[in-house]
Amino acid sequence: MSGAIRVVLYEGAGSAPFGAGERFEITRALLEKGYRVTRAHAGGRGTAGAEGAPLVVLGRFDEAKPAEAVSEAGAPVYFRDVADRQPDAIVALVEEAGAGAGATKPGGWKPWFPVIDYGRCTNCMQCLTFCLFDVYGVSGEKKIQVQKPSNCKTDCPACSRVCPEVAILFPKYKAGPINGDEVNDADLEREKMKVDISALLGGDIYAALRQRSQHAQSRFAKERDDARALEERKRCLTKLQQALDIPAEVLGALPSLDDIRERTARAMAQTNPAPATGEEGA
Amino acid sequence: MSADAGTPRILYCHCAYAQAVPKPVKQQVLQTLTASGVEFEAVPDLCEMSAKRDPALAELAGCGALTIVACYPRAVTWLFNAAGAPLAEGVRVLNMRTETAEAVAAALPRRTERGAGAPASEPVGECDGRSPSVKR
Repeated sequence: MSGAIRVVLYEGAGSAPFGAGERFEITRALLEKGYRVTRAHAGGRGTAGAEGAPLVVLGRFDEAKPAEAVSEAGAPVYFRDVADRQPDAIVALVEEAGAGAGATKPGGWKPWFPVIDYGRCTNCMQCLTFCLFDVYGVSGEKKIQVQKPSNCKTDCPACSRVCPEVAILFPKYKAGPINGDEVNDADLEREKMKVDISALLGGDIYAALRQRSQHAQSRFAKERDDARALEERKRCLTKLQQALDIPAEVLGALPSLDDIRERTARAMAQTNPAPATGEEGA
Repeated sequence: MSADAGTPRILYCHCAYAQAVPKPVKQQVLQTLTASGVEFEAVPDLCEMSAKRDPALAELAGCGALTIVACYPRAVTWLFNAAGAPLAEGVRVLNMRTETAEAVAAALPRRTERGAGAPASEPVGECDGRSPSVKR
């Protein structure tokens, strides 16, 4: 594999400019198929090819170009004359070149993952301990980081709800401040109320349900009804799901309080320097 | 077609895999951009590039004269950071989620067509960190 293919719309020496409408349609069609497009003039100031990705140079060339060359970075460069071609046909040319270069096919994943605002993050590890999908990890410098973004559950912003500092963004989320909008005092107040969601979800709910269950056992021992308890739990979770915009399947897979405690301990062990035991290297 | 130090840059994000940016806004901005005669980098999705730690982000991030047309500046800043490519001082971020297409288009750097025989004029924001307006 040689990375994702890049496209250059070349309108410099030896290639007639595209019409504005044509340039727009070609660019849009390529973007929507997941291709990155650089518009370059003579002498080219773009970054195309700088990182060694295969390149397709599209132009309305005055004279015949070699079909293929090699960039300074050693990547294949494909020249394609696209005069009088429709955007769809141009996309097909690019796809064909990409297949020939063994390039990664674009798209196929909605890039949904948490982004940490380190200007706000206090490295408290609540996100790491709460996340069910091992998205987070700890760096060599003992710093929380997103290590497996593709593990993230699409459209789930749950970890941002547990962050006491509103430091976790999901840029594609519908509303602020999770979408990256500036954090204001009202947001902070609101989020502080949700600070202990990991306990609320992992602990309080279970505790509340246990309490209710015990209560029910003592009062209605003869009428014990597991189905009713289950319904009650569902109602609780549905309320939370609606209030916090957390997918049902995530709520349904919540860790137990013990799990959360264990994860927290593991995370903290990662962030704290190992105690000197005098046994290093043993 | 390699980068050079005196390059003003425009990076446009199409947010292709979600509806986060209103479609009419991004269409109109792209239309303005492609009709403007300036060079640009148009990417399907900055989030995707960040998640994949695309090396192109590091190259773009180092250019202080960069104008990024995408979404919230806070999101863009930390997306670059997450990719190991912190943005240089002076980078402008134009937000297509909150601004109108007209406002974004009006804030784009302008440049006379180069390469079709016309010399560049009114160079805007050379890559030296002296960009006139900072919005991060």
